[in-house]
Amino acid sequence: MKQTRSKIAFTPESQESLSMTGKPVLHYLNGRGRMESIRWLLAAAGVEFEEKLFENREEFEKLIQGGTLMYGQVPMVEMDGMNLVQTRAILRYIAAKYGLYGRNLEEQAWIDMYVEGLRDLSDMIMFLPLSLPEEKEMNHDYVLHRAMTRFFPVYEKALRDNKQHYLVGNRLSWADVQLLEVILMAEECKASVLSGFPHLQDFKVRTSQIPTINRFLQPGSQRKPPLDAESLGIAKDIFKFEQGMFLKNMSTVVAEY
Amino acid sequence: MAGKPVLHYWNARGRMECIRWLLAAAGVEFEEKFIEVPADIEKLIKDGSLMFQQAPMVEIDGMKLVQCRAILNYIATKYNLYGKDAKERALIDMYTEGILDLTEMMLQVVISLPDQREAKISLLKEKTKNRYLPAYEKVLKSHGQDYLVGNRLTRVDIHLLEVLLYVEELDSSLLAPFPLLKALKSRISSLPNVMKFLQAGSQRNSPINAKQIEEARKIFKF
Repeated sequence: MKQTRSKIAFTPESQESLSMTGKPVLHYLNGRGRMESIRWLLAAAGVEFEEKLFENREEFEKLIQGGTLMYGQVPMVEMDGMNLVQTRAILRYIAAKYGLYGRNLEEQAWIDMYVEGLRDLSDMIMFLPLSLPEEKEMNHDYVLHRAMTRFFPVYEKALRDNKQHYLVGNRLSWADVQLLEVILMAEECKASVLSGFPHLQDFKVRTSQIPTINRFLQPGSQRKPPLDAESLGIAKDIFKFEQGMFLKNMSTVVAEY
Repeated sequence: MAGKPVLHYWNARGRMECIRWLLAAAGVEFEEKFIEVPADIEKLIKDGSLMFQQAPMVEIDGMKLVQCRAILNYIATKYNLYGKDAKERALIDMYTEGILDLTEMMLQVVISLPDQREAKISLLKEKTKNRYLPAYEKVLKSHGQDYLVGNRLTRVDIHLLEVLLYVEELDSSLLAPFPLLKALKSRISSLPNVMKFLQAGSQRNSPINAKQIEEARKIFKF
């Protein structure tokens, strides 16, 4: 896989260049949440990163008081002299910097459409653990139904039609990395979710073998495990979100047809 | 590259309005094909025009673009409203995403069930006052420039103007403590393309009324 790196100007008087030699620092809790896609993308790009993970509400509030969070929210990534917030802003910056955002405007548009669809699906999966007990099964079925009828067919078709190993431009992009991430998330919900999607199955195997990605999939990498009851409790304590917010606040519900 | 962009959506603001704003600000003429009955969107889906079976969709440069952000990114890049380099783009994205979060909260109020409305409006006002408006006021204060990023007009100035107008519709007193935002609102409103869009008879859409919400609720079951 070809990687492009931005050129760093080394002038002694430039403070910025000093911070540019440091690794990105990820600020989040010790879990997947909205930071996981960022970990995936950095890992796929072969970029080493550090993490400052907070364990409780007090530590999160300390970070907020430090003034580095534009909206008082995480994810936040310190990178190239900036305190970047907002998941998509961070992902876009990384994708562009490491040559994973297509080679022209049209490819960028395709990548954007693909990753936005994947974001809709992964948000739904991410919020599943927040279901009220009586809605759990219904939500689970709903999300899987969506995955298999609305989202996966799109990516299956793209791979089938372009006859390439990658979604866009015949080379690895942000869209491929995020697709693999979401496939694995969906499989955690239902192991057989890819049955009926032979191209996605192929894609999963091939993409998992890309060296940087393969490394990230090994135990001991910075990849985070799925939420369990304990980590869900910690997340709720830190972020103070309510149960039952699933589907009531999902933007994909708007104008559903 | 021939032909105007064609916007496919309902005759409402919803998720298309920010796209109308950006095209208008860029001085790009566009057409609209309104979805009026379920059969209209069924046809688009059947034709394979909607990648994820959802609108908005914009036909532009031989593509059928879906997903709000994908469409906005394309337009902003094409019409040079996305900053001059990666760092400016990062700032524009950070600011834009916050504005989109705020707009999303407003949309949630519009479609909320009557018994949740009050609580959602409270939350919306609180976030507007304590999280979002201060963040953008602070940006303007930090550099003292007329635009949010790079000392020239970019997409995020347009997105911000749009949401400030919605804040005003919600409760005009919310803007009172933010002099720099008020000044930006005035300035951007006076730009020729924007002024044109703000006038009656433009393609700017109006706030949804209760009757339209009820009809939409029946069709989309929310």
